[in-house]
Amino acid sequence: MGDLDLSFFDWALVQNFLLKGLVFSVELTIVAMIGGIFFGTLLALMRLSSHKWLQVPAALYVNTMRSVPLVMVILWFFLLIPFLTGKPLGAEWSAVITFTAFEAAYYSEIMRAGIQSVARGQVYAGFALGLDYSQTMRLIVLPQAFRNMLPVLLTQTIILFQDTSLVYAIGAYDLLRGFTNAGRNFNRPVESFLLATLVYFVICFSLSMLVKRLQKKIAIVR
Amino acid sequence: MIEIKDVSKWYGTFQVLTNCTTSVKKGEVVVVCGPSGSGKSTLIKCVNALEPFEKGEIRIDGLSVSDPSTDLPKLRARVGMVFQNFELFPHLTIMENLTLAQIRVMNRGKEESIEKGLKLLERVGLKAQAPKFPGQLSGGQQKRVAIARAMAMDPMCMLFDEPTSALDPEMINEVLDVMVALAQEGMTMMCVTHEMGFARKVANRVIFMDRGEIVEDTTKEDFFGKPRSERAQLFLSKILQH
Ligand SMILES: Nc1ncnc2c1ncn2[C@@H]1O[C@H](COP(=O)(O)OP(=O)(O)OP(=O)(O)O)[C@@H](O)[C@H]1O
Ligand SMILES: [Mg+2]
Repeated sequence: MGDLDLSFFDWALVQNFLLKGLVFSVELTIVAMIGGIFFGTLLALMRLSSHKWLQVPAALYVNTMRSVPLVMVILWFFLLIPFLTGKPLGAEWSAVITFTAFEAAYYSEIMRAGIQSVARGQVYAGFALGLDYSQTMRLIVLPQAFRNMLPVLLTQTIILFQDTSLVYAIGAYDLLRGFTNAGRNFNRPVESFLLATLVYFVICFSLSMLVKRLQKKIAIVR
Repeated sequence: MIEIKDVSKWYGTFQVLTNCTTSVKKGEVVVVCGPSGSGKSTLIKCVNALEPFEKGEIRIDGLSVSDPSTDLPKLRARVGMVFQNFELFPHLTIMENLTLAQIRVMNRGKEESIEKGLKLLERVGLKAQAPKFPGQLSGGQQKRVAIARAMAMDPMCMLFDEPTSALDPEMINEVLDVMVALAQEGMTMMCVTHEMGFARKVANRVIFMDRGEIVEDTTKEDFFGKPRSERAQLFLSKILQH
């Protein structure tokens, strides 16, 4: 086993290889989180509705997404789009759409639990005041569901950030790709992967510590 | 004002309400009592169609609540309701609880809504609590906020489901005072309660329910003087013991 040499890791490397990747990873995480929570909430409302024609497709979608490995969804979507439209979409856009669609399934399960955690009486109280279904959901149930589920939603987002490294499979330039290219460039692949692991760990670990503190705060307010 | 005709309701195979018929006229105060599980909450929730029912008809101000062509949100907005468990909105301040439906349902301006809210809070003795959240108030205070919230909509009648249950004795009186004042102003009220003192003071009629049926529906004089059914007699003797 050769000695580890980390001397290639300097500010220029961060600027030339990593920054672009980090920015994309973070962008992808944020866009997929916002989109995923939005569509996930819609899916959750569909699953909780009393209409079969809304329930069934939503359940089918969520359960399918949750039964397929993410990397396959990424690959399928990436390969399928040029086949269907005749034009390739580009790895970055393809990643954004796939992650939003995939994460929506997971966020929807969280939001469903959140909506169910709000007492039925709250819905009655909204209706009794003359609010209609959509107002009752928007103004009364969802804000409470969202607050109750905030730590879980954020934890899911940390997992999402880790999963963004899978866009590697379609060649998008994310943080992991940045490390890989740097490793190749300086002929230090092992050190580069080591650093990549460390960076992902530090980011995710500190975020999950923050979520833990938030969780305590929310528990006290409630 | 409220007409309930032959209403029956089932939860699966379990019949909660059996042919309930009664009415509340304008300005009347009707007290509904009966043992636990007799269907009082269910009946009062049927009145503004929070619970669907399979048979019969309920009309408020002439409008059938189970008719699909009735604009339910609009009708409900004119019927004040106070729930057994308060059901204030915990994520909103007291003032926001009072103004939410005024703004969203009645299309009142924000300032007018706040003014109305302050007036009502003052009336129930809670003006200083306006910026607080429901969780920071005592049970009795929350109940009074719930009453004020319902009144903010200028309701034509009010439905109460055990407004004094789960409260300490001192708090019961603060809530009852508010309700007595309302009744004396001529508010039409249908009120599920075991507070027989309240019934004696302001009720016009008393309805006694047991096992989903309206067993007795008489003036309060008759109810307290000579209840006809054995079940009502038994219930009264139990309740008046303490
Ligand atoms: N969602 C439901 N599903 C099935 N059964 C129900 C449901 N809600 C109420 N019940 C049953 O219906 C009956 C009447 O309930 P309801 O709450 O109307 O009684 P109540 O007279 O208000 O009692 P209490 O004095 O305890 O509030 C009870 O036997 C109850 O168990
Ligand atoms: Mg009840």
